[in-house]
Amino acid sequence: MVRIDFNKLRFLVIDDNAHMRRILRTLLHGFGAREVYEAEDGAAGLEAFTHFMPDIVLTDWAMPIFDGLELAQMIRQPGANANPYAPIIMLTGHSEKKRVVAARDAGITEFMAKPISAKSLYQRILNVVANPRPFIKTKTYFGPDRRRNVNSNYVGPERRKGGKADVIRQSPLLDKAKVAG
Amino acid sequence: MPNDKSAKPSITTYADHEVITPPNRLRDAVSTAANPADDPVGRAERALALLSGEFSGWMDAECERLHAARGELKAKGFSPETHEALFHAAHDIKGEAATFGYPFVTSLAESLCRLIEHTPDTARIPIALVDQHVDAVRAVVRESKRADIAVIAAALTEKLREVTEEFLAHANRERPDYLDGICAPPLDL
Repeated sequence: MVRIDFNKLRFLVIDDNAHMRRILRTLLHGFGAREVYEAEDGAAGLEAFTHFMPDIVLTDWAMPIFDGLELAQMIRQPGANANPYAPIIMLTGHSEKKRVVAARDAGITEFMAKPISAKSLYQRILNVVANPRPFIKTKTYFGPDRRRNVNSNYVGPERRKGGKADVIRQSPLLDKAKVAG
Repeated sequence: MPNDKSAKPSITTYADHEVITPPNRLRDAVSTAANPADDPVGRAERALALLSGEFSGWMDAECERLHAARGELKAKGFSPETHEALFHAAHDIKGEAATFGYPFVTSLAESLCRLIEHTPDTARIPIALVDQHVDAVRAVVRESKRADIAVIAAALTEKLREVTEEFLAHANRERPDYLDGICAPPLDL
């Protein structure tokens, strides 16, 4: 059984709604996290990201100054900050397909539609910690591999060019832990 | 905090993309459970339950915010600011109501969000329909202790959604692709 030591992780929660920040902080502390920082808009979030260097970012979508999507795009700038690979979990009331696709294309690692629950939040955090995805860099995208699975039923041209393997599979820590356990 | 802060990512270059495997900075936070009885999700749920005494006050505050946004809209008319404030208030209620213990409010707030977001010309959003949504949200919150609140809320929601969807279909009749997009079922996430 895999266990996450939350007290080894530093979280940044960015949401303009104070009630939601309080709920997220409560859940994270309940999981065992000790370091939870907060910001109430995208600009303050980016500043906090640079200052606190969190291991995991939890962000809302709709926020003043710049929103969660713009924040993700700013974090996913290779060379612009200390950790462009930081996992970003977006928690939002939006669940329409076009929104999910837009979040994915902005480099969001995990997407979570509100209402949130302890179980669903834990699962997202477990995914980003124990099962990290490689990053893909193209002319128009930099972020976690958007192909979570290999679809054997896919029909059509291969859109990534140039090589025997498009994706280097990273052995999930989840599997390693299972073997070890 | 987890290690590997100085480690470099491994990069494999292809014709039109790179595959980058960043150093796993979070590796140290993963282990096998020493205590199988450890239940972090249960702990978090209990912590949230302790907080739940504040939820009714929070819900009232969100309803007041929605009411105030509606008042601003009626006083000043539709502008980017009043439009955004009303949408944001409704959107927050949509996302929070179930967590706060008001699950029947979620669909009402969602219907209001759709009305505000998907009417192509904001000046043509029917104020009467906005009023009915806001009043319905406040009424369901206020009467949430009633034994028959689920039935009442369902009836209100069904009627308001019906009118809203009919209005949106008409308002977006010139852009069928957009209409198809907003009528697609939401993803289960």
